[in-house]
Amino acid sequence: MIVRITVNGDDRPFDVSGPDSLLSVLRRDLGLPGTKDACEQGECGSCTVELDGALVCSCLVMAVDADGCEVTTVEGLGDEDGLHPVQEAMLETGAVQCGFCTPGFVVAGAHLLDRNPHPTPLEVKEALAGNVCRCTGYGAITRAFELLAEPHPGDAQTGEES
Amino acid sequence: MEFVAARDLDDALDVKADEPDAALLAGGTDLMVDVNLAHHRPASVVSIRRVRELAGVDEHRIGAGVTWEQLEGSPHRALAQAARTVGSPQIRSVGTIGGNIGTASPAGDGLPWIAAADASIVVASRKRGERVVPWNEFFVGVKETSLEPDEVIIAVQVPGDVPESQEFAKVGVRNAMVISTVSCVVMRGDDGYRIALGSVAPTPIRATQAEALLNSARDITEPLLDELADVVSREVRPITDHRSTEAYRRHASGVLARRLVERTRP
Amino acid sequence: MTSTVVPRVRGGIGTSVRRPDGEPKVSGNFAYASDLTAPDMLWGATRRSPYARARLVRIDVGPARAIDGVHAVLTQADVPGKPLFGQEEQDQPVLCDGEARFWGEPVAIVAADDEETARLAAEAIIVEWEELDPLVDPEQAVADGSVYREMRVRRGDESVSGNVVVEGYYETATQDQAPLGPEAGLAIPDDAGGMDLYVTSQWIHIDHKQIVDCMAMEPDQIRCHPVGIGGAFGAREDISVHIHVAMLAAVTGRPVKMVYDRSESFVGHVKRHPSKGWYRHEADAEGNLVKVTARLILDGGSYAHTSRAVLANGAYFTVGPYRCDNIVVDAAVTRTNNPPAGAMRGFGAVQTCFGYEMQMDRLAAALDMDPLELRRRNALAPGDPMATSGQIIEGSLPTVAVIDALEAIPLPPEDVDDDPLLRPGGTGLTTSKADVVRGVGFAVGLKNLAFSEAFDDYTEARVVMTSAGVEVHTAAIEVGQGLVTVCQQIARTILGTERVAVIWDDTSRIGSAGSTSASRQTQMTGGAVHAASEALRTKILQTHDGDELRADGVYRSGGLIATVDEICADGPVEEHVRFRHPPTTTADENGQGDVHAGFVVAAHRAVVDVDPELGLVRVVQVDTAQDVGKALNPQAITGQLEGGIMMGTGFAVMEQLVIRNGVIVNPTFTDYLVPTFMDAPDVETRIIEEGDHWGPFGAKGIGESPTISSTPAIVAAIRNATGKDLTKVPVLPEHIIGD
Repeated sequence: MIVRITVNGDDRPFDVSGPDSLLSVLRRDLGLPGTKDACEQGECGSCTVELDGALVCSCLVMAVDADGCEVTTVEGLGDEDGLHPVQEAMLETGAVQCGFCTPGFVVAGAHLLDRNPHPTPLEVKEALAGNVCRCTGYGAITRAFELLAEPHPGDAQTGEES
Repeated sequence: MEFVAARDLDDALDVKADEPDAALLAGGTDLMVDVNLAHHRPASVVSIRRVRELAGVDEHRIGAGVTWEQLEGSPHRALAQAARTVGSPQIRSVGTIGGNIGTASPAGDGLPWIAAADASIVVASRKRGERVVPWNEFFVGVKETSLEPDEVIIAVQVPGDVPESQEFAKVGVRNAMVISTVSCVVMRGDDGYRIALGSVAPTPIRATQAEALLNSARDITEPLLDELADVVSREVRPITDHRSTEAYRRHASGVLARRLVERTRP
Repeated sequence: MTSTVVPRVRGGIGTSVRRPDGEPKVSGNFAYASDLTAPDMLWGATRRSPYARARLVRIDVGPARAIDGVHAVLTQADVPGKPLFGQEEQDQPVLCDGEARFWGEPVAIVAADDEETARLAAEAIIVEWEELDPLVDPEQAVADGSVYREMRVRRGDESVSGNVVVEGYYETATQDQAPLGPEAGLAIPDDAGGMDLYVTSQWIHIDHKQIVDCMAMEPDQIRCHPVGIGGAFGAREDISVHIHVAMLAAVTGRPVKMVYDRSESFVGHVKRHPSKGWYRHEADAEGNLVKVTARLILDGGSYAHTSRAVLANGAYFTVGPYRCDNIVVDAAVTRTNNPPAGAMRGFGAVQTCFGYEMQMDRLAAALDMDPLELRRRNALAPGDPMATSGQIIEGSLPTVAVIDALEAIPLPPEDVDDDPLLRPGGTGLTTSKADVVRGVGFAVGLKNLAFSEAFDDYTEARVVMTSAGVEVHTAAIEVGQGLVTVCQQIARTILGTERVAVIWDDTSRIGSAGSTSASRQTQMTGGAVHAASEALRTKILQTHDGDELRADGVYRSGGLIATVDEICADGPVEEHVRFRHPPTTTADENGQGDVHAGFVVAAHRAVVDVDPELGLVRVVQVDTAQDVGKALNPQAITGQLEGGIMMGTGFAVMEQLVIRNGVIVNPTFTDYLVPTFMDAPDVETRIIEEGDHWGPFGAKGIGESPTISSTPAIVAAIRNATGKDLTKVPVLPEHIIGD
């Protein structure tokens, strides 16, 4: 079956005959190993991608069923001018150790900030509870999102926020 | 593998009529675990996530394709509370209530609410048309339902008398993203209290003896609540497995039921 | 022996510089072993034993070989060299040798065109078993003499006794490292009969030796390369796919890759030894420890791995960071049919710390004494003999300082944020405010640094000055802890230039760096980089008769006299060192001797909220004061402390492999629960800097300390909240309600 999807803005058709996951296709067929494979049952978040704007575990998406979808992976965040703010903040606070969970945190974190630019620490914890980190104890990740959640100079000021 | 991306319910029912063994794929959060871990290789798959007939929610009907993320905003308080405990945000964004019902795990987080609401499961097939199955006839065993192979779950039918006062709680060893060791829903309406529990029997259950005790009492006193917890603990039928023990599940069932009764008291 | 070199370059020691591998990691461009591919690559798969113990009656690989796309199906008969492997003792067959001794033991391996075909072929192999009765009870194993090692430690006078006596029995469960990156490896044959191996590892040279032996190849035919590792924590100290991919690549002549799935990973690496410990602590009326009697059993499971060394740690750390002159310790590590145990962060010191710290709390209660005061009173300090081995403590050991610093951290307010999600039970909404009881607990933990008991523990490093900058060459494995940054920082500080790159060399290019374990790489590889950099600096200064080395060259009396290009006019200048820590000895028949190279101490205080009626716990905060010697990278230290505390938190309240009759019943991330973001306590850290007697700038290794005493501190806090006598970890809801 030929499946047509857009990955990080590019058309990336692929051929698949079985129930393979989107994760397998990204890593094996599309040359995008940035999305990590750690549990294959939606319990760790290492394979997190955006699928038509929804945050999903790509291990639980049947690749054929993604026909017509837009996928954003970690490789699609940031641009030539630099890293995505989540990537930058995680480097700044030392939120990267072994780094295996990092792509999932980057994608889930960017997704969170798109919807909630100033999350409270508890909102961050709940929104990222599906991304398991075994190295950092989440402390440096918390600090990264504290940096990100601060009002930025460019933010429109609402009356209440002063 | 045969694959059909059903555009509407007709498509899905056609496939199931021809190939009753075709696996239904909605959020994929159960089916794909089987594919990845148990190496299940379905010969035929019908994707139903684009089926608009499964998508809607109104006062009396929750479409089978409604996701947990959507249900986190449900006006049914206990259902919204339960929805928030399902897996992770990545699971809730695609996992559906229809999948929870179809999988029929004893630990299904949405199922105690369905039992407490006395809801029915609406199913459909080419051969039999639409059937409305009361929840207690639908769930028949551990991961067993009365769904016929050619049928598709299309909605939860919610009676008009679901009480507004309702609470959900779930015990797990982790503070998020955990399979329940006991879950409970209590509702208080004009007809009295309803108590439903999950993970303590092959199917979701109503604690009918406890309900009777409570609903025949004039006042809800501390001794009555103690007795209620005892009755619930005796009434449930849990097992010991790697997630918990029978004794703990009995104990926690009683504690949760009591606490939720207290939370729903006027 | 702290150095007085003051960092005058950007990115030197003492600063929290960004790690050089950070950007590729956040961008998804860092290559982990499981990401590697090679042209014409085959996929490997493993057939495993379904029994904890069984006789292999018959194996027929024919049906697998007959499958289209299958290129090799190999069994133990196909191992070209030594049939057994193992780090300390070679006792494990490469593939089942007629009897499976643990559940999941590899029986046969397959190489095929793709992953799915390989898996199907592995399933197609016909294996007939005769199930045998597994030995799974460690006490039975001791009685049967089925042990890898027994230890007897005696010091002082066995006949003395104290006025106050407390006794306890403690158990710890099997913890899994559960690193996120699975076991993975790629073997690429060369055209001369050898191969290159890229396998997840903590010590490529010890892998290399075992692979060479089993493959019957010459050492220079096999090159093991450092590769991206998704966490380790001890899980990668022993062989996993290494020999299997090598065999398949050798037979097929094609690159072969293997990656374990999560369930295979749970059986595919060694775990933390489950333990049983009996302790009797005796003190005088003032609270001075008079005698400690202990008996410890660790279950090593079916093969030796590092069990002997883990037991030594267990036995030597039965008293902890306390003085005591009369010691009776008997310890054994058993051979059973349980899953093999081996290295995990803390390495034997975790199990005993749970025991001795629970004992210290009991003793404090019996003496009606403040628990921290009791610990201060008995605190081990430099110049004291270690209670068990009698070894005099050299270097720094700020036991009292860590206790004082910990105590000075303010406690969190009782009730800052009353969000229901922050109560026990979290999103499950089980617990109302009135159901919550708060508890506070303390623990102090001691750990040895680097390898002990006369092990020839060394690290090689080569530091090269080129016109483009400095290269640090090492085979040390970066598992995420930030060794790469620390090596850069040390070289920068000594060589005066920011331009330092760490180059990971394979086994053919440099000698061993030793294992990335035992909290040793900052001191050992850091020490080697320090020594090589110093030697290089001295050589360059002498050559050019200068007095200072800066980024742009050699200076004399403040003037530049030789540029970097001039220094490197005849090519790169380099120094290669082999660094050793102070020698250790083996012990005598009473366990006495200078068996350890150094020590590190840490203290933890846990604050927990408990719902005693449901037995649910939320770990609110875990604070720590940590002996670091010298802080080379404060941010990386914080990362180790917080991460280690999280692993200790997991062990305290949720993490355990449930093993029934030798079979792991929860080998998935659904049922082996590791803490999520919602389970993470807040952490306050205090760093105590008292330079050690060896290691770069006086730095100590701190990777394991945070995992050792955090667990007992949390359990002590739960005991404080509930009044329950909790003697097992993890503490589960059913234990708290007294089920």
